[in-house]
Amino acid sequence: MINLKVNGKQVTADVDPGTPLLWVLRDALGLTGTKYGCGMAQCGACTVHLNGEAIRSCVKRVSDAAGKEITTIEGLSSDLSHPLQKAWIEIDVPQCGYCQSGQIMSAAVLLAEKAKPTDTDIDEAMSGNICRCGTYPRIRRAIHRAAELKANGRSAE
Amino acid sequence: MRRRDFLKIGAAAGGGLLIGMHLPALARAEEASGLAAPFAPNAFVRVGTDDIITVIVNKSEMGQGVYTSLPMLVAEELEADWSKVRFEAAPVDPAYNHPVFGIQMTGGSTSTPSEWERFRKAGAAARIMLIAAAARQWNVDAQSLKAEKGFVVHVASNRRASFGSLAEAAATIEPPKDVPLKDPKDFKLIGKSTRRLDTPAKVDGSAQFGIDVKVPGMFTAVVARAPVFGGKVVSFNADQARRVPGVKDVVQVPSGVAVIANGFWPAKLGRDKLEIKWDHGANANLSSTAMRAEFSKLAQTPGLVAKKVGDPAKFLAGAAKTITAEFEVPYLAHATMEPLNCVVDLRADSCEIWTGTQFQTGDAAAAAAIAGLKSTQVKIHTTLLGGGFGRRANPANDFVAEAVHIAKAAKVPVKVVWTREDDMHGGYYRPMWYDRMVGGVDDKGNPVAWTHTIVGQSILAGTPFEQFLVKDGIDGTSVEGAADLLYGIPNVQVDLHTPKIGVPVLWWRSVGHSHNGFAVEAFFDELAHAGGKDPYELRRTLLANQPRMKGVLELVAQKANWGSRPPAGRGRGIATHFSFESYVAQVAEVSVSKAGDVRVHRVVCAVDCGRVINPDSVKAQMEGAIVFGLSAALKDAITFEGGRVQQRNFHDYQMLRMEESPEIEVHIVPSTESPTGVGEPGVPPVAPAVANAIFAATGKRVRRLPIGRVTV
Repeated sequence: MINLKVNGKQVTADVDPGTPLLWVLRDALGLTGTKYGCGMAQCGACTVHLNGEAIRSCVKRVSDAAGKEITTIEGLSSDLSHPLQKAWIEIDVPQCGYCQSGQIMSAAVLLAEKAKPTDTDIDEAMSGNICRCGTYPRIRRAIHRAAELKANGRSAE
Repeated sequence: MRRRDFLKIGAAAGGGLLIGMHLPALARAEEASGLAAPFAPNAFVRVGTDDIITVIVNKSEMGQGVYTSLPMLVAEELEADWSKVRFEAAPVDPAYNHPVFGIQMTGGSTSTPSEWERFRKAGAAARIMLIAAAARQWNVDAQSLKAEKGFVVHVASNRRASFGSLAEAAATIEPPKDVPLKDPKDFKLIGKSTRRLDTPAKVDGSAQFGIDVKVPGMFTAVVARAPVFGGKVVSFNADQARRVPGVKDVVQVPSGVAVIANGFWPAKLGRDKLEIKWDHGANANLSSTAMRAEFSKLAQTPGLVAKKVGDPAKFLAGAAKTITAEFEVPYLAHATMEPLNCVVDLRADSCEIWTGTQFQTGDAAAAAAIAGLKSTQVKIHTTLLGGGFGRRANPANDFVAEAVHIAKAAKVPVKVVWTREDDMHGGYYRPMWYDRMVGGVDDKGNPVAWTHTIVGQSILAGTPFEQFLVKDGIDGTSVEGAADLLYGIPNVQVDLHTPKIGVPVLWWRSVGHSHNGFAVEAFFDELAHAGGKDPYELRRTLLANQPRMKGVLELVAQKANWGSRPPAGRGRGIATHFSFESYVAQVAEVSVSKAGDVRVHRVVCAVDCGRVINPDSVKAQMEGAIVFGLSAALKDAITFEGGRVQQRNFHDYQMLRMEESPEIEVHIVPSTESPTGVGEPGVPPVAPAVANAIFAATGKRVRRLPIGRVTV
């Protein structure tokens, strides 16, 4: 049994400690928003946050995630209210949508670290996430837009 | 299933509207919803008593936006309140067959063009019946009523009734025989950028792809497949695999050995422990180097003639100048982000399947045959597709058939998951092609003759499509985009060699156009330069009789500032291509570093795809096609050595990434023509535009894809 804290909740999973976190999330915990794409940290579809850092869950042993805060796409917001989700909807970023959980989770860390990311910041933060449908131009626009939404939200408070 | 049952090419447009048809599957959904009987006037629309309009979409959503564009067609004619419109994946039923292909499938960039009329009629019929119901209730003439934003309105008496409140009454109305459609000038929704209905679920993790499906009692299977195409299991030892905690069973199926476990990870660990002795069969010596040598040799002689105009041999002999060039492109994997997968729950009298497929009718028939059931006992739930690009429309039904075999052998519900490596090695690639082109210009530099010899495998040979689309030994998809050359060159020959090779091949976004677009447009550029002409001006001249192509060419040239000097260090290349009845032109702006690294900075695209339903969606498809085409142009190749595929995963079969993605600008030509294809036509011009831009920047010709590094 491994104790995990996922999206603010304590959960346990009866899995081998060497199992990648990805498969514990998907198969044991039913959190299928996090996707399998490559299994070797090449595509970013499995990106989640571990203590606020974007990691590739397909190569992270679940035992190394125990005791840490894990956030998945399901935990980003409960009501599509995260500025990235709003911007993604406004700009209609997804096509097939399969990679987008990972894209958004990578972008969320970027946005948490940089209030106004530049194109170079976006290149650096997002180049580990592949989109086969080619939504990169819209992801870029949507990150800039989310930064605006976030800034507006803050000034309104 | 016999072939003639499988496919009825050219069938009439779906037999009309299917008015009054109530599908059992819909009736069940009604019961489940707990609502009072909704109004389901035909197979495509359901009006709930809660005012929700559900459009049942018979096309698979793989990113192209069809779960929004087809509902828009219904909503336009129904006068629905768009905020009340939902989509639902159609079950498998002949009612949902492709109006032209006669089977339920998604492909060929045909979803909107082929359903353009039927979905509007479905909405219009529902509107007529709702109005009739209101007319009866209020005892007024139907002519005095109109529908607007989800209500039927009687202006004279200021009465209004929502569609939902009329749904039950409308269900008793005789369906209309005549269903007139709106004058396009009255369109309110069609032609306006409309946000996709599937986006919210794709940004919070709730969207369900095939790989996300879980059914009661389900196990996960990972399969060890032959390392060489056509290979067979001689014997295997599963003792170690069975000892992996979580592994439930190991079964042999025609495609290999499946390990069944309580989750992906133990199944994969178990698969890794299998010891299998394979008979590699006839393809054990497949080699890309040898194939290339064979193709190149074949290309030196003419093949079967696909098109001949005038007397190319004579005019080449008499030309002021002739040039010859050979172009080659490799096998390509679709590499959808969601690896192939399929869930099967097989019972004594039923087979339920959940998968992201583009090919429901064929998959259902294959499942029925394997399960020993009638096709009516097979139920396919089409999930969202994590990318398709043609890979999930397989006449061989590979990923579905295998999953049914496994469920049959294991006697439990299974989800078969392909690893990325399995997916990359799984075949059904875009074929490798080799093209030899000869062109001649007269003393003024005008092209007088053009010959194009194409060498590559047939995609359609051996499939149910062969009898319709392979004529006199020529697979139409091998020569598309070459034999239908739009340029006014007086003497043209296009011929084809079709070597038989044991690599399974399939349509890959834009099919034959994906290679012919490159060869034709890159060679055209060479011929223009050979005659001392500007490649844009020469295209314009030779497209004098092709106003729509000339239109996109001129638009893209204007938007890309074709005649101006490009930013320092950059070259501009231009290309056009006609495919899936749509016209596309692109200009690429490229630089090449001293080390030979190619950087695509900007791509400007103009498209004429007839009347546009959702402009933002058309733009998205062009953007995506350009990025997809750039991965192929710059990076991708599937190669063989010793019968084995040499690439494994995204580290050696690379995709364009954010940092390499160019600025993309898309311009749509306004049109009142019927809608034409959108999903694929953006792909073919990218590679030649980039190749031509590399020449402009460096003076080096690129004739082989992927471009990789240019020797400067």
